[in-house]
Amino acid sequence: MRCNGGLAEEVADNVRSFPATKDFHPRICLLIDTALLYLLLFLGLPLVAVFVEAFSKGWSLYLSALNEPDAWSAIKLTFITAAIAVPANLVFGIAAAWCIAKFEFKGKSLLITLIDLPFAVSPVVSGLVYVLLFGAQGWFGNWLQAHDIRLLFAVPGIVLATIFVTFPFIARELIPLMQAQGKEEEEASISLGASGWQTFWLVTLPNIKWGLLYGVILCNARAMGEFGAVSVVSGHIRGMTNTMPLHVEILYNEYNFVAAFAVASLLALLALVTLLVKSLVEWQARRSGEPLHGEVK
Amino acid sequence: MSITIENLNKHFGAYKALDNINLEVNSGELLALLGPSGCGKTSLLRIIGGLELADSGKLLFHGEDVKQRDARERNVGFVFQHYALFRHMSVFENVAFGLRVKPRKERHSEAEIKRRVHELLGLVQLDWLADRYPAQLSGGQRQRIALARALAVEPKILLLDEPFGALDAQVRKELRRWLRRLHDELHITSIFVTHDQEEALEVADRVVVMNKGKIEQIGTPDEVYASPATPFVYQFIGNVNLFHSREHAPWTQQHGDAVAYVRPHDIEISNTPQDNTSLPVEVKLVRAIGSIVRVEVAVDASSEFIEIELSRERFNLSPLANGDKAFIRPRQFRVFETGVQNELSAA
Repeated sequence: MRCNGGLAEEVADNVRSFPATKDFHPRICLLIDTALLYLLLFLGLPLVAVFVEAFSKGWSLYLSALNEPDAWSAIKLTFITAAIAVPANLVFGIAAAWCIAKFEFKGKSLLITLIDLPFAVSPVVSGLVYVLLFGAQGWFGNWLQAHDIRLLFAVPGIVLATIFVTFPFIARELIPLMQAQGKEEEEASISLGASGWQTFWLVTLPNIKWGLLYGVILCNARAMGEFGAVSVVSGHIRGMTNTMPLHVEILYNEYNFVAAFAVASLLALLALVTLLVKSLVEWQARRSGEPLHGEVK
Repeated sequence: MSITIENLNKHFGAYKALDNINLEVNSGELLALLGPSGCGKTSLLRIIGGLELADSGKLLFHGEDVKQRDARERNVGFVFQHYALFRHMSVFENVAFGLRVKPRKERHSEAEIKRRVHELLGLVQLDWLADRYPAQLSGGQRQRIALARALAVEPKILLLDEPFGALDAQVRKELRRWLRRLHDELHITSIFVTHDQEEALEVADRVVVMNKGKIEQIGTPDEVYASPATPFVYQFIGNVNLFHSREHAPWTQQHGDAVAYVRPHDIEISNTPQDNTSLPVEVKLVRAIGSIVRVEVAVDASSEFIEIELSRERFNLSPLANGDKAFIRPRQFRVFETGVQNELSAA
């Protein structure tokens, strides 16, 4: 019990039940302390620094940095992007997970690999792909120009890039969950006379609701925070195609540190809220006895 | 409702799950599909229920082809091995599900749904669990709720996939008696899949024994036990001793290279030879198991054991001990040659 911190004690308690590892007690404490220190140094400190820097010149400057048309436009665009990308991936994620978990078909592993693609590819590359496809010199550039459609350096491009990058979050969350649940409940529902839609709304969706919510939260966090891909396709037009992360970068490059950190602190705040909601969902899911991540009871 | 299956085939990739199945299920009967795992019994059940599609062949309900009808239009109740209860719904809502998803025109009033659900819960004797959730029930209770749920839509056919497979022995025994009684009350054409021969023999009107995608024998429980049609059925249902013609010539010599199948309780054992077909043996092990005594003997110069079952009374008339010399003689046996079957009864 010489360890500090509840976690350390809990771990030590678990370890104690194995007689052979009893001797490592102090070492385990050391390990845990090292881990905590590491987390504090590399995760905790930067978070604090963001807020300290943001408020370094006082409240009024902080507020005025946010209460500025370009900042507002960036905040709005960020929310609009997330508001489109998250529902799009929600629909796609459920559809893909449903197909993969409940049916056998040719090309299934190809589909799973494709879903993982955005995780594997650097976001900058995904952005460049869109430029290659839809840019003025790109494959569809002429056609788009002829029909007066602007994708790149405009909101649609940002939304597309965000959708691409956040593609796997919901599907990846749901696939193992739905696979673990099997398809017997759906089969029971169909044999009881329910239609496909009824089965989906009454049986499938309630069973995956916590996992789905969890995926949506992660997807949303990434959609709001995405920098690389969006940076390539946005064109950085102030007040028009800047999202919050891009706005932070511009302010920072202009040595406007207070404003940069003020906007960054908003992003950090969003992240904290996300973590809070995520914990709530996890807690609620555990309480209701419906497992997340496909673990079987 | 009767079911007719003609020349039904089903492949999973290169694996032949069902090989030219022909089966007639009579209206109102309780039929068991019995076989080892992987014999195709569950595939057959799922094809009848519309959860799986056959590659070829005919499937008729009451003379009407239902191959084009999907599961929801077949009016078939399906009970799953692992219950498949809707975990987020109360017991009441589970049973009510089939009534609630009916098209608006056919749907009953809320009061009628309530009445029916309680009637069904009464039928499975679990009305007091209406507000519980599946996770709060025992395995046996869950399966009874699953059955009530399947019965709610008034199916013409009831299909049960290893319904007691996930339950412990005591509950299993209780539930299969209960299923038999329920069937006698309702008279729905029912098919249940099992790998447990005791279960099939005890519950079913007729038993279909399957192996490697084929039907080995169809018959009443008594028929499949007393006169198995194939070596497989002999070995799968009940215990059996094998006597090879080369080693135990007196019983099988007239049949060339053949094997005689003898049930443990069809072997007489005595201290003196009864006729020239008696085999001299040595008693290796005597075990009293409940109402019977099991004696294991070895034919001289053979390492194979022969299992014999005697009633306690019979055993007490002339007790045996390990190491005793004795003589055995089959009361009844059956010889299978390669591909040819000959039934013989010892005189």
